[in-house]
Amino acid sequence: MKKGLKKTSLAVLATFTLGLLLAGCGGADNAEQGAADGEQTNDKVKAGFIYIGSAKDGGYSQVHDDGRLEMIANIGEDKVETLVREDVPENQTVENVMNEMIDQGANIIFANSYGFQDYVKKVAEAHPDVKFMHFSGSILGDNYGNYFGRMYQPRYLSGIAAGMTTENDKIGFVAAMPTPEVIRGINAFTLGVRSVNPEATVQVVWTNTWYDPAVEKQAAESLLDAGVDTVAQHQNTTAAVQAASERGAYSVGYNLDMREANPEGFIVSPVWHLGAIYTEQVQSVLDGTWEATSYWGGIAEGAVDISEFGDCVSEETKAAVTEAREKIVSGEFDVFAGEIKDQNGNVMVAEGETLSDEELLQMTWFVEGVVGDTTMTQQ
Amino acid sequence: MDWWISFFSAAVVAGTPLLFATLGGIFNERAGHMNLGVEGMMIMGAVVGFSVALATSNAVAAMLTAAIAGALGALIYAVLTVTLRANQVVTGLTLTIFGTGFANFLGQSIVGQSTPAAIKAFFSNISIPVLSQIPVLGPVFFQKDIFIYFGYVLVILSGLYLYKTQIGLNLRAIGENPSAADAASVPVTLYKYVHLLWGGALCGLGGAYLSLVYVQSWQTSITAGMGWIAVALVIFSTWNPYKVFLSAYLFGGLSILGFRLQSAGIHISQHLLDMAPYLVTILVLVVLSMDERKSAGPKSLGIPYFREER
Repeated sequence: MKKGLKKTSLAVLATFTLGLLLAGCGGADNAEQGAADGEQTNDKVKAGFIYIGSAKDGGYSQVHDDGRLEMIANIGEDKVETLVREDVPENQTVENVMNEMIDQGANIIFANSYGFQDYVKKVAEAHPDVKFMHFSGSILGDNYGNYFGRMYQPRYLSGIAAGMTTENDKIGFVAAMPTPEVIRGINAFTLGVRSVNPEATVQVVWTNTWYDPAVEKQAAESLLDAGVDTVAQHQNTTAAVQAASERGAYSVGYNLDMREANPEGFIVSPVWHLGAIYTEQVQSVLDGTWEATSYWGGIAEGAVDISEFGDCVSEETKAAVTEAREKIVSGEFDVFAGEIKDQNGNVMVAEGETLSDEELLQMTWFVEGVVGDTTMTQQ
Repeated sequence: MDWWISFFSAAVVAGTPLLFATLGGIFNERAGHMNLGVEGMMIMGAVVGFSVALATSNAVAAMLTAAIAGALGALIYAVLTVTLRANQVVTGLTLTIFGTGFANFLGQSIVGQSTPAAIKAFFSNISIPVLSQIPVLGPVFFQKDIFIYFGYVLVILSGLYLYKTQIGLNLRAIGENPSAADAASVPVTLYKYVHLLWGGALCGLGGAYLSLVYVQSWQTSITAGMGWIAVALVIFSTWNPYKVFLSAYLFGGLSILGFRLQSAGIHISQHLLDMAPYLVTILVLVVLSMDERKSAGPKSLGIPYFREER
């Protein structure tokens, strides 16, 4: 029995060591990226970036990291140093990450996921000397603001391209969660589709997750089995594009140019372009002119756009999209200008009226042409 | 009809990672070891298999190393629980946490890359002559990739091994009563090691199916909790390899049912559907527990074996 006890304690020790090893792994990238260079001067800014995914996820977080790299190139490595933490979950962890960054001397911190919002606000209020910008949220205070893009504009344009490319007028949409952001995107996409192809429908399947490649692919396959020939998506990875590729169907990507995942059937991606906003933010910290804002940039501001077209897109389609893009940039056309009906045929936006930003940020209904249910995951 | 065929066909694909992991779990538990590290071993196999596929473009090497990675994860578990007789539940949980951290750490530099063309070609669907022409069953079972066929073969071989061979009998004896097996001069420790490692290898292959064949790229935390379902499926299958066919594909089907119903225009709350696999598990456990002989797993499950102790 004594021997058994000894072995048990040895086992406990070994298990414990395993745990420590694990903790070591987690901390490694942090130490490496956070190599503090001691003093910070007024002419050098330390900017923290907190990502929900990996910086090379081929989607959402990569968009932010590309923006970060562009910002560094614009401002110069001698004037800005960045701290990056990837794969940060939407819980208490993000608070610790922010505090670590502050300890390392961060002047401004960017957090890229909606679920970070409450934590950002809390930490920001405890550290009035540090600046915070939260992506996709709505918080605004003395030292914290939010930034986002009018993604619905490029989504509308991608809808035009999809509406002109589809052969059987059935388009599928793999959507994460029924938040106003996603619903707005689906609506804009559908309005784009129906502006050139009034017969076409957009069928929505909710995955209930932002990020789960296997689930995203399964959802896309269920749409393809239901007969759609084009799949659009609001998810964080390329899985839905991949699924379409395997069936020889068309894809509309998101976040980044995704032609690699579907070389033949890629149409276009609505893309983020965050280099400009990151550059502007960091520059204003350098200049001492930073002020908390609610930034919602569109195509005209360079915050969002569409990627290059895929090989399957006709010249006629390209011309139609380019024309609509110019009208959006010039302000001549607004995506959510009336008349717009909802799924049941009720007029939601009358002729001559346009939805306000406030209304757009709280959108919970689908436009005519969408097959799906906005309450699907909320019941 | 087409709807059903495409649904069943997708269910087989979705159930394949579960099939491998559940078989692995059965070997572990038949050796008397409750291993909750399935998720960890799966994800280790997924990342190692994918890395090797990227580096070599050799599908067989990728599968082999994925299995070895799973087995190495199991080796940690085996040393702790067989030799050092640590608590199996705690060790298994630790292995899951360790495996997930290890895989995400190792996979940092390859996130988002996709499998080389040679690998995609190797795992593309192959129709089996004659069999693939059978109505319904053909498209559902016999127009699949080689990994899935490998799964069919493994299930049958595992069943034969467990129920028709002397070694299988010895293994089952160890799971029931290791002292008796020991008295009959069965090398208990050796058996435990071999079958824990083999179980780990199968779990590693299950993970590799996700990264190599299904998603065809490495994404952080790719297994997303599948290992836990596999742990439940071991019980669901009543520790019988043949029944893994049923349980893995049933659960594969349940996991994709939500999307299918949505795209068929049937509106049922997604949350309710997400519960379905677990509700079915509970239901089966209740039914099983009515018959005590069937419900009991290997009798020594979870109990460390001390030769000197009685």
